Amino acid sequence: MALLQISEPGQSTNPHEHRLAAGIDLGTTNSLIASVKSGLAETLPDEQGNHSLPSVVRYCENEIIVGEAAKLAAADDPLNTISSVKRYMGRGLNDIKELGGRRPYEFADGDSAVPRIHTVAGDVSPVEVSSEILKSLKERAEASLGGTLSGVVITVPAYFDDAQRQATKDAGKLAGLNVLRLLNEPTAAAVAYGLDKQAEGVIAVYDLGGGTFDISILRLNKGVFEVMATAGDTALGGDDFDYAIAKWIMDEAGIHDDTSHHQMRRLMRDACAAKEALTSADVAALNIELDNGTSWHGELTRELFNQLISPLIQKTLLPCRRALRDAGVDTTEVQSVVMVGGSTRVPHVRDKVAAFFQQQPLTDINPDTVVAMGAAIQADILAGNKADGDLLLLDVIPLSLGLETMGGLVEKVISRNTTIPVARAQDFTTFKDGQTAMSIHALQGERELVSDCRSLGRFALHGIPPMVAGAARIRVTFQVDADGLLSVTAREETTGVESGIEVKPSYGLTDTEIETMLRDSIEHAEDDVASRMLREQQVEAERVLEALEAALADDGDLLSAAERNEIELVAKKLIELSKGSDVRAIKDGISALDKSATEFVARRMDGNIKKALAGHNVNEF
Amino acid sequence: MAHTQTHFELFELPVSFELDLQELSQRYRELQRAVHPDKFANASEYERRLSVEKAAAINDAYQILKSPQRRARYMLELQSVSFDDEIDTALDPAFLMEQIELRESLSELSQKDDPLASLNQIMSDIKKRISLVVDEISRQISSEQLNDDEKRKVKQLIHKMQFLNKLQQEAEYQEENLLDVI
Repeated sequence: MALLQISEPGQSTNPHEHRLAAGIDLGTTNSLIASVKSGLAETLPDEQGNHSLPSVVRYCENEIIVGEAAKLAAADDPLNTISSVKRYMGRGLNDIKELGGRRPYEFADGDSAVPRIHTVAGDVSPVEVSSEILKSLKERAEASLGGTLSGVVITVPAYFDDAQRQATKDAGKLAGLNVLRLLNEPTAAAVAYGLDKQAEGVIAVYDLGGGTFDISILRLNKGVFEVMATAGDTALGGDDFDYAIAKWIMDEAGIHDDTSHHQMRRLMRDACAAKEALTSADVAALNIELDNGTSWHGELTRELFNQLISPLIQKTLLPCRRALRDAGVDTTEVQSVVMVGGSTRVPHVRDKVAAFFQQQPLTDINPDTVVAMGAAIQADILAGNKADGDLLLLDVIPLSLGLETMGGLVEKVISRNTTIPVARAQDFTTFKDGQTAMSIHALQGERELVSDCRSLGRFALHGIPPMVAGAARIRVTFQVDADGLLSVTAREETTGVESGIEVKPSYGLTDTEIETMLRDSIEHAEDDVASRMLREQQVEAERVLEALEAALADDGDLLSAAERNEIELVAKKLIELSKGSDVRAIKDGISALDKSATEFVARRMDGNIKKALAGHNVNEF
Repeated sequence: MAHTQTHFELFELPVSFELDLQELSQRYRELQRAVHPDKFANASEYERRLSVEKAAAINDAYQILKSPQRRARYMLELQSVSFDDEIDTALDPAFLMEQIELRESLSELSQKDDPLASLNQIMSDIKKRISLVVDEISRQISSEQLNDDEKRKVKQLIHKMQFLNKLQQEAEYQEENLLDVI
C-alpha cells in the first residue's frame, strides 16, 4: 500500500526513480565530469566533443569565459586569465608560489584571509574561480543528460587539508551543486580500476597531477575499498616540471626575473609543450619569443629534462615510503601499482616508480579520466540508484588533527591515517580561578609546534561558571565526517554549557562571505530568489518524504500502530505544507518530521547493526 | 539501560585477548556496510548524523580491539582498572636500562657509518620486544576474570608497551629525518 500521495497525477513519485548524478574531477590543469549511464561510467563531452575542460577562467568586462578559449588567451591577457587555481584553494597569500620572484597574478589587499585576485571584472577568490569551472561542467552535464543534476561527488587530492576541502565544497555550493560527497582522488581511481579489473588485495595508487601528488595504499576485499594509508604533497605536480624547464630557459636565454607577465606566460606555455614532446621524443626544440621582438632558440634533451625533474620525482618517493610504513605493508605485498594523473606519462616518473615498488606500474588505464569515472560510480550509489550495492569506501584523514596547548605545543587528538568518520574527545580544565571563557585553537599537521602546523580555526567557549582553577571539566570533541571535514564542539561537563563550530578555516571564507557571493550570483542570473528557495524546500520535502516512505516499507514493524500513526500525521502535514508557498513553514515541517521520526530512525540503525552480523553468522556456519 | 554495550558485544565476539583478527575485520566490514554515511546520503538530517556517530563508534571499537596493547588495556578497564594514576606501574630497573640504551643509540645514529642500516637494526629490535610483551600479556590474560595480582602484572606490561610504542614512533621520526637528508 502506498502510504503517501505526494504529487499530482502524472508526476512520478517512485522512490527508485533514476536520479541524475555525476562525478567531477576538479583538476589543477583539466577538469572532467562523468556519469553512470546504463551501468557504465562515462565522461561527458561538450558540444564540440571535448571531454576534458581546461581549468582556466578568463574574466572579461562583461563575461566570464571558461575552458579552451580562456586557455588560448592566457598569454595575451595573463592578469585576467586564471589557471591552476586549485593551488590557491584554502591557502593564504603567503603560500602562493612565485616564479622568478614574482606572483603570477595581481592580488588585492584586503582584510579577508582569502587571497583575492584582481581582474577587470573585480576581485575574485579562488573559490569563485573554481565555481565557474564547476558551473560550466554542470551545464554540460545537464545538457548531455537532459535534466537537473540531483547531486555530485567532487574529488579532491587525498592529501588536501581541512581548509582545502572546505574551499572545494564551498565552490560546489556556489555553483549551485548538491555536493553529496568529497571523494579522495586516488580512492576514486581505485574504485574505477578495482571494479573494472575485479582486483582483490593490496594496491598502491600513485597519483601525480598538474599540481598535486598523492599516494594511497588500499586493501580491496569483496567490494570494500579500505584505504590503509595515504601521503602526499599538495603543492607538487606537473606544473613544477614546467617551472623547472622555464627556469632553465630563463638562465639559458638570459631572461631576468623582473620580466613581463606576458613573457612569463609564454615561457610556461612553451615549457609545458617541451615537456609533453619529450614523452615520446628524445629532443625538444625551443623557440622563445622575447619581449624585445627577437627570439631565442635552443633544445632540451630528454636526459637534461630528466636531470631537471629528478629532485621533484624524488620528493614523491618519500611519501610513498611513509604510506607503506603507515599501512604496515612492504613493497612485496603490493599486488599492483596504479598510475593516475597526466604527469605519470613522463617516462622518467614511470621508471622511478617502477624501481621503488620493484614492479612495472600499470599504465593501461587512462590516467586522465579514471578519477572522474570512479567519482561517477560513487555519485550513482550515493544518489540511491543502486540500492543494495556491495561497494563500500572506507577512507582516512591524511593529516593529524590537534589542539594548541600551553607553550605553543600541539596536542594530537586524531592521528593521520585514522579511518573516517571518527569522533574523539579530550578533556581540559581551567588554569585560573574564576576563569569563565576558554579559547580553542584547532590545528592540522604532524609537527609538535603550533607554528609548524596549519591553523584551521579558533573558537571560544563562553559562560563557564566561575570555579577554582582545575575544577571545570571541558570536553572538546573533534568529529571528522565522511568528507574528511572537521567539526569541533566543546562542552563544560559540570554545567552542560555548550559551544560548537564548523571549523571555518583560518584561510577560508566566512559564512557571510559565502552568503554574499551566493546572493550576488543569483542576482546576476536575474533569478527570482524567493521562487528558487521555495523550489529547493519543496524538493527537500519530497526527498525526506520519499526516504520515510521507503523506511516504513522496510522496517514499519519496528513501530507500534500508535507510533506509526503519529509519524504519518506529521508527514501528512508536511505534504499539505509543501503544496503551499510558505518557505519557512515547509522548513519547519521538515524539522518536525525529522524530530517525530528520531526514535524510529535510532531503532532502525540498531536493527541494521544486528542484522549485519546475523547475516554474517548464517553465512559463516 | 545502565549497561552500555562493550566493544566485544558490538562485534558479537567473546571477551578474550586471543582474537581471530581476520574474523574481527570481516565483522568490522559487515558493520560498516550497515551504518556507513554513504548508505544514508539521502536520509533525513538526523539519520545522517546518527550514521556518522555509529560509524565513528564502530571505527573506534575496531581500532581498540585490533591493537593488542589497546585491547589489553580495554579489557582491564572493563574490570574497573584505572589508568589515570601511575600507581603500581613501577617498572623493573633492567627494562628501564634497556630503554635508556635504545634511546641513546637512536640519538647517536648520525655518528654511525651507515645510519639507515643501524636504524633498521634498532627498529627490528623494537618490533621483536613488542611481540615478546604481547605474548606475555596473552599468557597473563588467560582467564576472563583476573585477580589483583594478574591485573597488576598486565598493567605493568601495558606500561612497557607504551614505552616501546613511544620508542618506535621516535625511530620512525628519525627515519623520516634521515631519508629527508639523503
